[in-house]
Amino acid sequence: MRNLFKIYRNLKQFTVLIIVGVALMYLSVRANLELPTLMSNIVDKGIIAGDSGYIWKEGGIMLLVSAAGGICAVLASLMASRSALGLGKVLRAKIFTHVENFSLHEFDKFGASTLLTRTTNDVVQIQTSTVLFLTMIANALFTSVGAAFLAYAADPRLTRILYVALPVIAVAIVVVMRLVIPLFGLVQTEIDKITKVVRENLTGIRVIRAFNRIDHEKARFDKANADVTNTYISVNRIMAGLMPLMMLVMNGVTIAIIWFGSERIATGDLTLGPMLAFMQYALQILISILMLTMLFIQLPRSVAASDRIMAVLKTHPEITDPAEARQIDSERGHVAFQDVGFSYDGGEEAALCNVSFEARPGETTAIIGSTGSGKTTLVSLIPRFYDVGSGKVLVDGVDVRELAQEDLRHRIGFVPQKAVLFTGTVADNIRYGKDDATDMEVAHAADVAQATEFITTLPDGYATMLSEGGLNLSGGQKQRLAMARALVRRPEIYIFDDSFSALDFKTDANLRAALKKETRDATVIIVAQRVGSIMNADRIIVLDDGKLAGIGTHKELMKTCEVYREIVYSQLSEEELA
Amino acid sequence: MSSDTTREPRIAAGGPGPMGGGPRGLRGVVEKPKDFWGTTKRLVRYLKPQTAKLMVVFALAIASTAFAVYGPKISGNAVNQLMNGFVAKSIVSGISKAQEQSVPQIQQMLQQMQSAEDAAVTQAQAAAKQGIDQQFSAKFPGVPLENIPGYTAALAGAQAKAADTARSTVEKTFLDAAKLTPAQFTAMQQFVVLPLVSSITDNNKKADTVLTIINLGKALPMMGQQQTINVSQTDLDRGIADIRDNGGTIPLPAIGKTLLFLLIVYLLSALLTFVMQYIMSDVAQKTTYAMRRELDYKLAALPLRYYDMHSNGEILSRMTNDMDTIATTLQQGLTQVIVAVFQILGYIYMMLTISGKLTLVTLATLPLYILTTALIARKSQSFYRAQQLHLGRLSSHAEEMYTGHNVVKAFGHEQDAITTFEGINNELYRAGWKAQFMSGVMFPLMNFISNLGYVFIAVLGGVYVTRNLLNLGDITAFIQYSRSFSMPIIQTASIANVIQSTMACAERVFTVLDEPEEQLDADDAIVLAEPRGAIKFDHVAFSYRPTEPLIGDMNLDVKQGDTVAIVGPTGAGKTTLVNLLMRFYDIQGGAITFDDVETRRMRRGSLRTMFGMVLQDTWLFNGTIRENIAYGRDDATEEEIVAAAKAAHADHFIRSLPEGYDTILNEEASNISAGQKQLLTIARVVLANPTVLILDEATSSVDTRTEVRIQKAMANLMAGRTSFVIAHRLSTIRDAHHILVMNHGSIVEQGTHKELLAQHGFYADLYNSQFMGAAIT
Repeated sequence: MRNLFKIYRNLKQFTVLIIVGVALMYLSVRANLELPTLMSNIVDKGIIAGDSGYIWKEGGIMLLVSAAGGICAVLASLMASRSALGLGKVLRAKIFTHVENFSLHEFDKFGASTLLTRTTNDVVQIQTSTVLFLTMIANALFTSVGAAFLAYAADPRLTRILYVALPVIAVAIVVVMRLVIPLFGLVQTEIDKITKVVRENLTGIRVIRAFNRIDHEKARFDKANADVTNTYISVNRIMAGLMPLMMLVMNGVTIAIIWFGSERIATGDLTLGPMLAFMQYALQILISILMLTMLFIQLPRSVAASDRIMAVLKTHPEITDPAEARQIDSERGHVAFQDVGFSYDGGEEAALCNVSFEARPGETTAIIGSTGSGKTTLVSLIPRFYDVGSGKVLVDGVDVRELAQEDLRHRIGFVPQKAVLFTGTVADNIRYGKDDATDMEVAHAADVAQATEFITTLPDGYATMLSEGGLNLSGGQKQRLAMARALVRRPEIYIFDDSFSALDFKTDANLRAALKKETRDATVIIVAQRVGSIMNADRIIVLDDGKLAGIGTHKELMKTCEVYREIVYSQLSEEELA
Repeated sequence: MSSDTTREPRIAAGGPGPMGGGPRGLRGVVEKPKDFWGTTKRLVRYLKPQTAKLMVVFALAIASTAFAVYGPKISGNAVNQLMNGFVAKSIVSGISKAQEQSVPQIQQMLQQMQSAEDAAVTQAQAAAKQGIDQQFSAKFPGVPLENIPGYTAALAGAQAKAADTARSTVEKTFLDAAKLTPAQFTAMQQFVVLPLVSSITDNNKKADTVLTIINLGKALPMMGQQQTINVSQTDLDRGIADIRDNGGTIPLPAIGKTLLFLLIVYLLSALLTFVMQYIMSDVAQKTTYAMRRELDYKLAALPLRYYDMHSNGEILSRMTNDMDTIATTLQQGLTQVIVAVFQILGYIYMMLTISGKLTLVTLATLPLYILTTALIARKSQSFYRAQQLHLGRLSSHAEEMYTGHNVVKAFGHEQDAITTFEGINNELYRAGWKAQFMSGVMFPLMNFISNLGYVFIAVLGGVYVTRNLLNLGDITAFIQYSRSFSMPIIQTASIANVIQSTMACAERVFTVLDEPEEQLDADDAIVLAEPRGAIKFDHVAFSYRPTEPLIGDMNLDVKQGDTVAIVGPTGAGKTTLVNLLMRFYDIQGGAITFDDVETRRMRRGSLRTMFGMVLQDTWLFNGTIRENIAYGRDDATEEEIVAAAKAAHADHFIRSLPEGYDTILNEEASNISAGQKQLLTIARVVLANPTVLILDEATSSVDTRTEVRIQKAMANLMAGRTSFVIAHRLSTIRDAHHILVMNHGSIVEQGTHKELLAQHGFYADLYNSQFMGAAIT
C-alpha cells in the first residue's frame, strides 16, 4: 500500500489536471443528480397539467443540464486519461532509465523477464487502475455521497432502509469474494498446469513421439483439462448467484421504499413526489456502491504491481563513476588481477578467490575450466560489470574503480557468450561498437570476423534487417557479427567469452588466423571450452571452483597442473596430443 | 530469446475475468474473423451435445427476462395504487374541507336572504292587503271586508303575487349582488343539504356524494378549494373508484398485496437467472473442455512439419489465450446476448401495450445509438491499434535491451537505449490517452441520447395526457421502459465486438484443427518382433519444401551393431537424418528399411520405440526423477530403474539429492545441472533398451568430470547396438564404422576415416582445420 502511494507521488506533475478532472467529475455528478428532480418536475407540473410549453421549457433545461453533465464527464475523462497514462509514461521511463543504470549485479537480482513484466504489464496495471480511480470510483463516491444527502433531504425516515440494504450488499460481496478469490487463484494455477503440459508437449515433441508416449501425454492433458473445467464450473456457479443477488437487493430496496413510503404517505408525513425522488437516489447509491467494489478488486492488483515496481526503483546501482575519474596516460591494454576475490549475492561460496595474473598487449591469455569454475565471472570484472569483493583489477595500471565507466569500457571489445544482436540492419549491429565507423571500417571488421561471405548472401547485404535480434541467423552467424561489433572498435583489450562455440572447424580456423593479425598489438583474453583451440595461447589460466589451479603454457601446465591434464584427457585422445 | 513469451502483452483493460464489469467489447482492439458466419456455425456445432441444457437455459432466459421486464409494470401498479389512494385521499379531504368551510357560509347567506325575503314579503303582503282593502271598501262601503264575497280569494291572490314578486326581487338583488346565476343558486342550495363527506361511512354513498359535489362544483366556480381536485378525468375516475373501494384512504393492504406479488416476481426472476447461469457454466465449460481436448489430440496427430513452421509460442497461444477467450464468451456472452435480445423485445412489447406512437419515438433514437457507437468505435479502434502497436514496440525494445544488458553496458549504449525508449514511450502515451479517452466518451454520449429521447416522450406524453389518451401511470411506466431500453442496446453493441474477437480466436483454433494430420498407420502395419537394427537407405529423396530439394539420392547401408558418425558444420542437416529415421517426416522417394522391412509399412509407434535418442537438447518433464527415467517404460520396476541409473552413471548424483529418486524436477529442470540432465536422459534410454541409438554427443555445457561420466555412460550404451552419433569428438569419428559428412542439408562424403582423409575433400579440410585452429592461437 505504501508503495502505491509512493508511485502516486509521480502524479505530482499532473496535479492541475487531476484537480480539474475531479472537479469536472463532481460537476458532472451534480448535473446527473439534478436530472431526477427535473424529470419529476416534467411529470408533475408538465404532463399532469398537459402543459406542453412547460415540458418544452423544462425539457430544454434538462437537456442542457444533461449536456453540461456529459461535457463535464467527457472532459473529466480527458483529464483522467492524460494524467493516468502520463503516470504510466513517467513510470516506464523511470524504470527503464533506472534499469539501464543497473550493474549486472543488480540486474541479476531480478532477471530480464521479470524486469520486462515490471516495465510493461505492471505499469499498465497501475495505469488502468488509476483511470478507474479517477473516473468510475470518483464518480461513484460523489454520486453515493450526493445521492445520500438528497435522499436524506427527501425523507430522513426512509434512509433507514439503506441502513439495512447497504450492509446486506457489503456482506454478500465480501462472502462471495471470500469464496471466489481463492478459487480464482486455483483456476489460475490450473490454467498454468494446462499451459505447462502443452508447453512440455511442444518442447518435447520429438522425445514424446520417439518414446511413443502420445497416449500418456493425452491422459496427462485430459486430467489437467478436467481439473480446470471443474474448477471453472464451481467458480462460475458461485458467480452465477452474485448478480441475481445484487439485483434482488436492489429490487428489494425499491419494494421496501414503496411500502414504507406508502405508510408514511397514509399518515400524511410524506407526499408522492419526494418518495419517487428518494427511490431514484437510493438506486443511485446502490449502483455506486457496486461500482465501488471495483476498488476492492483493483486495489490488491495495483498494490502488488506497485510493490514490484518499487522493488526495482528502490534498488540502487552499486557501481557508480568515481567523483574524480583518473585518466590513463601511458600504457595500452595491460590487464592485471591482484588477489581478486568475488562472490555473488546470496552465493555461499566465493565465485573467485585469490586470483592474480597479468595479461599484456600482444599476448593471448586463455581461461579454461569446467562449468561454474568462474571463467565468465572473471572476464566480467574487467569491464567492471561487477565490483570485486577483495583485491584489485587494474587496467593500464589504474584500478577500474577509479576510471569512468565509459572510458574503461571504451577500451574493451567484448564478445559475450550468448551472441546478442539488436533489431536493426547488419551494419547497424556492427556499428554498435563504433557509432561513427565508416563503411570501410564496418566491411573490414566483417571481413576479419569471417562474416562477409554470409552477409553478401543476405537479401540486402549490410542493409538487411535483423528481426528480433537476428532470429533469421544461425548461431554461428550471430557470433561472427558479435565479433565484428567488437572488432570495429579496435580496442586495446579483446574479451572473447566462449564466443567460438557455434562456429564450425573451418570458419573457426580462418577466423583465428585473421584475428591473429588484427589483434597483434592488443591484449586478447579468451574463455574457452575446447582445449584444442587454446593449446597455443601465450598463457593459459586454469580455473577450478573459482580458484587458480594453474597458469602457464600448455606444455608447462601438462607437467604441473592436474586439473588441466584432466580436462585435456577428457577431450583429446593420446594421439591428438602427440 | 524464448519464443514462448507473448510479444504483445494484452492490455489489461476491462478485466475479461468472470467478474467482467463494464462493456468489455468497447475497449481494446477488436479482431475480425475472415469468415464470421462460417466460424460461428462451426462453433455452434460444438454446443450441440449441450442442446438439452441450452434449451433449458433459453427457456429460463426468456422466463427470467419476462419477469424482470414485467416487474416495473407491477411496481408501476403499486405506485398507481398509491397515487390513486393519494388522489382519493386528497379529494375526500379537499371536499370535506370545502364543505366545512363553505356550508356555514352559504347557510348564513341563505338565512340572510330568507330573512330579507320574509321582511319583503310581509311588507309586500301588507301593501297588497291595503290595496285590496281599498278596492273592496270602495265597491262595497261599509260592508265588513270579510263578508264581501271574493275578498278573501282576491286578498290571498294579491298577497301571493306580491310575495312572489317580493321574493324574486330580493333574490334578484341578492344574486346580482353575489353575481350568481339562478342555476348556481340552485346548486348551492343542493350543496348545502348534502351530508358532510367525512362523516359518511358507506363508501358508495361517499363516492356518490363526492361525485355529486364535484358535479355541483362545476357549476360553482367560486368554491376555490375544489379546483385542486380538477385533475384529469381518468385520474379522477380512479380516485372515485378508490373512494368506492377504500373510502378515500391509502389502500395499504392492496399495495401490500401488489408489493408481495412484485417481490415474488423478482425472487422468481433472480432464481431463474441464477439457475440459468448455473447451467450455463456447465454448458460453457464442457464445450470448452471438448474443444481443448480436440485441439490437444489434434496437436498430437500433427506431423512435425507443422511444428517446424509454427513457433511454440504461437501454438501455445491457441491453447491458452484463444481458448480462454472462447470460454469466457461462451460463459458470459451467450447468456448476455439471449437476455439482451429478450429484454429488447420485452421492453418493446411493454411499450407497445402502452402506446404505439410513443414506441416509435423511442425506436427512432435507436439509429442515434448505433451511429454514435459505430463512430466512436471506429475512432477508438484506430487509437487502440496504435496503442497496441507502440506497446509491442516498447516491450520488444525493452526485452532486447534487457536480454542484452551486458552488451549495452559493454559498449556504453545506455543513453541511446534510453533515448529510443523514451521516443516509443511518448508515442505510446499519445496513442494511449486518446484510446482511453475515447472509451470514456461513450457513456456520457449514450446518456445524453437517452435523455433526449426522454424529453421527446415527455412532450408527446404530455399532449396525450391532456387529450385523455393516456393516464399518468402509463406515461411513467413508459418512460421507465424507454430508459431501460437503452441498457440492452449498449450491451448488445459491446457484445457484438466481443463476439467478433471471439470468432477470430475460434477461427485460428479451427485453422489448427483443419491442418492435415500425420498419415494413419495401415491396418496391416508391421511390428517387428525381434528387431536387430540393420538399416538401409535406398535411393532416398527428401525435401522439407518442394521448392528446395535437399536429399536427392541417398544410399546407406548400416549393419547391425555399426556405429555411424555424422559430421558437418552446424545447420548441415544432421537432424534431418534423425527425422527420416524415426519417420518424423516421410520420404518422398526411395525407401528406408529396418531389418529389410520398409519403415513406411511399419507401425509408427513401434518403429520409434526401437530407437533411443539422447540429444543435446535434453527434455525432461516436470515430475520426479523416477518418473522421468521410467518415461520409456511404464512397467519398469524399481530395480530396473536403479539399474538403468547406475548404467548411466546417474545413480550417485541422484542419491546425493535430498529427495533422491523422488526429487521433483522443476519446470525449467534448473534444480539439477545440465550434465545431470543429460545423464538422466541416458538412463531413460538405457531403461527403454532400444535397438538403435541416436546420440548427439555435444557436451559443451557440461563440466569436465560429468563429461567423462557421460562419455562412459554413452560407451556402455553403444556397445553392441547400431548407433547414429552426431559427432563432435575426433575419437568418436575415427572409431566409427561409417562417417557421413554433411553440408548444406545433404551428404557430401561418406566412408571410413582413412578413406575420407585420402579423398582430400571436405572432410579432410574439416579435420585439418581443427588442428590448424589449435595451432594458430
